[in-house]
Amino acid sequence: MRPEESVSYDKSGYKEASADNITVKTKPFNKASFVIQMTLIALAALTLYGFSSFDYKDINIFEAISSSFSTVKTMFLEPHFNHFTFGEALMQVSITLGLAFLTTLFGAVIALFLGLLAARNLSSNTVSYIIKGLVAFIRAVPTVLWVLIFAVAAGLGSVAAVIGMTFHSVSYLVKAYSESFEELDKGVIEALRASGANWWQIAFQAVIPTSITYMISWTFMRFEINFAVSVAMGAAAGAGGIGYDMFMASAFYYDLREVGVITYLILAFAVALEIFAGRLKRKLKVTV
Amino acid sequence: MATLLEFKNVSKQYSKDTKALSDVNFAVNEGEFVSIIGPSGAGKSTLLRCINRMIEASSGEIIFDGANVTEFKIRELKRLRTRIGMIFQHYNLVNRLSVIENVLHGRLGYKSTLAGVLGIYNEEEKRQAYSILRILGLEDHIYKRCDQLSGGQKQRVGIARALVQDPKMLLCDEPIASLDPNASKIIMDHLRNISSSMGITVLINLHQVDVAIKYSDRIIGVNKGTVVYDGPPEEIKANELRSIYGIEAEELLVNQGANHAG
Amino acid sequence: MLDKYFAKKRRDSLIFCAIMISLTLGAIIITEYDVVKGFTSIVKAAEWTSSNFYPDEKAMNRLPDILDSLTETVLVSIAATTVAALFALLFAMLGSSTTGVSGVFSSLSRGVASLFRNIDVAAWSMILLFSFGQNVLTGYFALFFGSFGFLTRAFMEAIDEVSSSSVEALRATGASYFSIIFQSVIPTSVPLLLSWILFMVETNIRHATIVGILTGTGIGFLFSLYYKSLNYSSASLLVIVIVITILLIEYISNYIRRVIL
Repeated sequence: MRPEESVSYDKSGYKEASADNITVKTKPFNKASFVIQMTLIALAALTLYGFSSFDYKDINIFEAISSSFSTVKTMFLEPHFNHFTFGEALMQVSITLGLAFLTTLFGAVIALFLGLLAARNLSSNTVSYIIKGLVAFIRAVPTVLWVLIFAVAAGLGSVAAVIGMTFHSVSYLVKAYSESFEELDKGVIEALRASGANWWQIAFQAVIPTSITYMISWTFMRFEINFAVSVAMGAAAGAGGIGYDMFMASAFYYDLREVGVITYLILAFAVALEIFAGRLKRKLKVTV
Repeated sequence: MATLLEFKNVSKQYSKDTKALSDVNFAVNEGEFVSIIGPSGAGKSTLLRCINRMIEASSGEIIFDGANVTEFKIRELKRLRTRIGMIFQHYNLVNRLSVIENVLHGRLGYKSTLAGVLGIYNEEEKRQAYSILRILGLEDHIYKRCDQLSGGQKQRVGIARALVQDPKMLLCDEPIASLDPNASKIIMDHLRNISSSMGITVLINLHQVDVAIKYSDRIIGVNKGTVVYDGPPEEIKANELRSIYGIEAEELLVNQGANHAG
Repeated sequence: MLDKYFAKKRRDSLIFCAIMISLTLGAIIITEYDVVKGFTSIVKAAEWTSSNFYPDEKAMNRLPDILDSLTETVLVSIAATTVAALFALLFAMLGSSTTGVSGVFSSLSRGVASLFRNIDVAAWSMILLFSFGQNVLTGYFALFFGSFGFLTRAFMEAIDEVSSSSVEALRATGASYFSIIFQSVIPTSVPLLLSWILFMVETNIRHATIVGILTGTGIGFLFSLYYKSLNYSSASLLVIVIVITILLIEYISNYIRRVIL
């Protein structure tokens, strides 16, 4: 915040600038800008301390960076399939997409009900707090840990991956859904309650129709995230799909070119999903 | 004429210090058009909402159609609500849905949970909704989304939603407070018509004294949670207004006169 | 007309349901997902967790190790976020439609952001592993690239959302480009930008676990070490520590957000 204030001092001499100076003077007493400054300072300090405390293990950073450049160059300029064909790769991508889809679907269905129960305007305070607390806990455990924990019971594979990832999707979507439910005008609920409608009818006839565009756009956003997470789980938790192939190409075969081609493939799908999501959002907004 | 609604010593206490209603007594006959006037915070909304128990009265009896509603169990309460339509200042429509769907929401109280959840309505209900919308002059907007309507049109949808319930009584909570004079007139004319031609009892909260005087069969004045006036509109004079609104009422009446003159 | 309207609504929802069901079946077949096993494994996992997955005394001895690598992970996440935020701010300024210099820069900036964002941190880890090996910098750069892509886009949207009206006003007064940036854009968007930075720190700490597993650094490495050696009590202690850390950081940043927004 400091630098721009000094700029405004430099500009003084103009009529408006004198008014600016008055607001600048009141700024130090403003709690919000104090907290902003403190946060920025703390982040900067922690960053500097972090850099000084890391164990770099005598890595030659310039060498590493220049070798990274050549790695990236080889990867992206000379991509090449080695251990499997393009068709097989597409098949693997669709497995990854399938994992993401199942996870999102299960997550959305469960989150719909939990979200209704977690919305303060539709539920009792106690139930809402319990669900929100539970969901915050689930979110605090990284996805990969959920998957690995389930893998002990179900074995590595799609079941552990989907269940583990579903946990996270549920917690993410419950938060998103319940917040959009809570934005519903309480007059609408009152109107339907006054005509004798019961809780479920209000939920499905007023709450969900009102929030549906938000829900779709949050759910699709989660699908995008789940695609990335599925890739990562394939690599780190043996969930199968394209992530596992990438992990093999990178850590097992040391095949740069294949990593390159897989990266392209993932990137293509991710960008396609992003473009589709953008379209979807724009379309929903138009009809709103 | 038979008495439809009767308040017997009804009080409502929100907390120790805030008493919204104290010892309210009045009766409304079938088919009557009754306005409740009074300053903001006098307890008008609370009074209205005690009838269909959107707010629970603390003590007293509210007799609707021969039964004490304060003793109703949940099933009876639901039936009560289907027989009393309610209209709101801010319309309280589901903006993203079409006009017809919002109107059909008035039928939810008659439906099983599942049918309501899936939004299944029978032909009869749809026809009824359509004819009510036609009476209210909305037949061109049936499939429009409610957020595309003007305030007056939204309020007419609100009325249609209440009428499709086949109510014995309408509770109107400041139905024209957010509308311009022209739209207000249309809404008030519709409400008056509904009362005289369909025989539906209308109980309406208003803060425009002139409107209340013009449209009502009877006026109930409320101040600080008590009924201070209950009589025909013609007898509302400076004195009565002073007791309803407080000291500054003279000015109000002068303005009222000016409005009428204009 | 009335019939048609409702018939169309019903048909639309039927079609939607049919599509969802066939997609679900397709996904179940292609991923070889075992629906029954899905349900039973939840019960099994709950049983297993309650009987094996809790810290014992031996695990408590490892607490100092765990806290050490946790500190490293948190610092890496913060350092990656802040440096990425600086770069992202620059790119966002160039790319935003309110402050951007030209359409070419804007699409370039958006393209770069999209590229970096859509390569997941896990993919970045595997790419960087070639040159940096099992080093703290591998994780650092993986998080850095991911954060850079995400923040550039978030910043761009934040700047456009918050400051376009005030920029218009200042432009009308004839203010210069940089005075507009420093007088209008930054002051109005700083709370929002900071809120995104805090969000990114949270996200990076979560991501750091998987990055650590893949690159053999930080808390993730420690977890996979315990996990693979079946030392579940230590692994559970580590999970608890992570949960507490994330909840704590979430609490702090929610507090900051409440004050500044």
